[in-house]
Amino acid sequence: MSEQQNNSGNSSGGCVDGGFWRWQEYHRVLSDKLWSSSDVITAGIDVGSVGSKAVILVNGEVYSWGVIRTGSNSPESAIKALDWAFRGTGLKQSDLKYVVGTGYGRVNVSFANKALTEIACHAKGANYIWGPQVHTVLDVGGQDIKAIRCDDTGRVTSFLMNDKCAAGTGRGMEVFADLLKISIEDIGEMSLNVSEEPPPVSCTCVAFAKTEAVGLLRKGWSKEKVLAAYTKAMAVRMSNLIKRVGLEPALVITGGQSKNVGIVSRVETVLGVKCLPMPNWRKDGIDPTIAGALGAGLYAKTLYDKTKNT
Amino acid sequence: MIAVGFDVGAQSVKVIVLNNGKVLSRAKTFSGFDHVQALQDAIEEALKLANITQADVTIFTATGSSMEASPYNASTVSMMSAIAKAGTYFFSKARTIIDVGAEEARAVKCDDRGVMVDFVVNERCAAGAGAFVEAMARALEVKMEDMGVLSLEAERASSINAACVIFGESDVVSLIHKQEPKCEIARAVYDAMADRVSSMVHRIGVNSDVVLVGGVAKDVGFVSSLKRKLGVDVLIAEFPEFAGALGAALIGLTKCKVNKV
Amino acid sequence: MITYYGYTDGSGAFYVVINSDKCNGCRNCIKQCPKNLLQIASIFIDLDDKPVVAIKPEHCNNIKYLCAQCNPKQNQTPCITSCPTKAIKCISEPTNKNNHNNP
Repeated sequence: MSEQQNNSGNSSGGCVDGGFWRWQEYHRVLSDKLWSSSDVITAGIDVGSVGSKAVILVNGEVYSWGVIRTGSNSPESAIKALDWAFRGTGLKQSDLKYVVGTGYGRVNVSFANKALTEIACHAKGANYIWGPQVHTVLDVGGQDIKAIRCDDTGRVTSFLMNDKCAAGTGRGMEVFADLLKISIEDIGEMSLNVSEEPPPVSCTCVAFAKTEAVGLLRKGWSKEKVLAAYTKAMAVRMSNLIKRVGLEPALVITGGQSKNVGIVSRVETVLGVKCLPMPNWRKDGIDPTIAGALGAGLYAKTLYDKTKNT
Repeated sequence: MIAVGFDVGAQSVKVIVLNNGKVLSRAKTFSGFDHVQALQDAIEEALKLANITQADVTIFTATGSSMEASPYNASTVSMMSAIAKAGTYFFSKARTIIDVGAEEARAVKCDDRGVMVDFVVNERCAAGAGAFVEAMARALEVKMEDMGVLSLEAERASSINAACVIFGESDVVSLIHKQEPKCEIARAVYDAMADRVSSMVHRIGVNSDVVLVGGVAKDVGFVSSLKRKLGVDVLIAEFPEFAGALGAALIGLTKCKVNKV
Repeated sequence: MITYYGYTDGSGAFYVVINSDKCNGCRNCIKQCPKNLLQIASIFIDLDDKPVVAIKPEHCNNIKYLCAQCNPKQNQTPCITSCPTKAIKCISEPTNKNNHNNP
């Protein structure tokens, strides 16, 4: 397994100041796998508002992927994410039999054979990563929250997407990380570092919660306590969205916020269920943030097979 | 008979002193993080301006979104009732009264007797309130008081996300990077906010006369966008940010008169 | 597939819920909607693009206000009553704060 990271970030994400929201761009190749020209190689590309993810599959199995920050130019971000996924594999674009684009910028994946909604792709990807017992997927992306119900095959049965406001999204979390001058990667752990869970902030609107947080800091609250109060409010909001579509275990969380342990543990507490842990056989590898791109790559394989059969 | 009305808003506290329906004085202080202190300061100032003392006041009436306790033994009224009362006081033909404050927007529908028959609130979302313009002015690096005039220079508006302050901010930053004229971005900000406010108002119907109150009513940029979005003329009261306080005082006055009879 | 169009914010929840398994694409609701909010969209279901009715994307974050005139609380809006297969319903749950109820 090879891994490379890039700390440079990308300043075109639209943050007003600071830089505490930056996370690491990276790529990975599962070196226990190889490919040959007779294999069906497909790709899924998920151009999100914050991150762009590309996953390469060999005969419907994950082979490599790349995660980068989406720049101001979605078509370029799609190509860049794919280039990152190609690194160290010897593959090139012409080796791909079928490409599915998904996510907020899916229409900008010019070289995709098809564009699919991220709802379908996240459910499919979660089904691949965790298995058929997954029936509820909470995807918390950079600028939206999706609550998805699916069946044993990863087929979506009902869903809700909330992209009206930043409350609970990765973007909202970045605003808080920036306000408190904490790295986005640390806010989850920090929010759990409180002796007692404070009451949630009264307002979910990020703009107002910011004002409320400043007030709490002036009152002498620690950064940890303020984060805990905010994270709790966001977890309650996410849980309500899940309840709306109906919670059916097992539950998993995908998207960037799946890495925020403060969110994950609080959603578990509010809903009274545990999220499925990363399966052992994939522990060294798959990152839940690539679930959408992975699902897109799986659909690419299925759709390729379908074109072959007709 | 002296009636004092106060409105504890998210950003500022407004106090008005009435003598039998005539405004004697008004005062405004910024809330900061201590609403109680801000209220005391504002009331002291208003009483001083009116040349009276607390003992001269027959009734205190309170309203406002951030009002938790009601000192001065005040009775409380909802912001909806207060702005309905104030709107019809300013303009007797007012049928739709829209209040846009720093953190909340609301609209009430009145019948021809000035009685409230319906209302709608957009609360806990900064996109339809003054906070939206403030955040965008910060992102644009333009002074809040200059935003309105700046926006009037534009002939067209840029396109930004109207639904959320946080997403709107990102849009403004990327528009600046694309070197769009600041006036067009400013106009987009007002159009976006007016869009949200007008769609909220449509929920109860747009019936003339339409009156706009609240601090944002003083912003020429917003007023111009709102008129365009609603497609009707919008009347602005003389001191729109005091509408809540005025309505509260007027309701207090009515209560006293009823009790006396 | 059941799709919830709409959102929840401080003022409450509002959703138009469309069940694409029940929708037969008859367009009755599209014709009946006074605000012209609905359209036939192609939705990817079981590896096929199925034409089903959907809220126009540009209205998703505003339907709470746009739908208000039809009084969706009663679940008797033109789109609902005109649907032969009962594929559409509305969820309207405003947040009730005391002072709003007692104006």
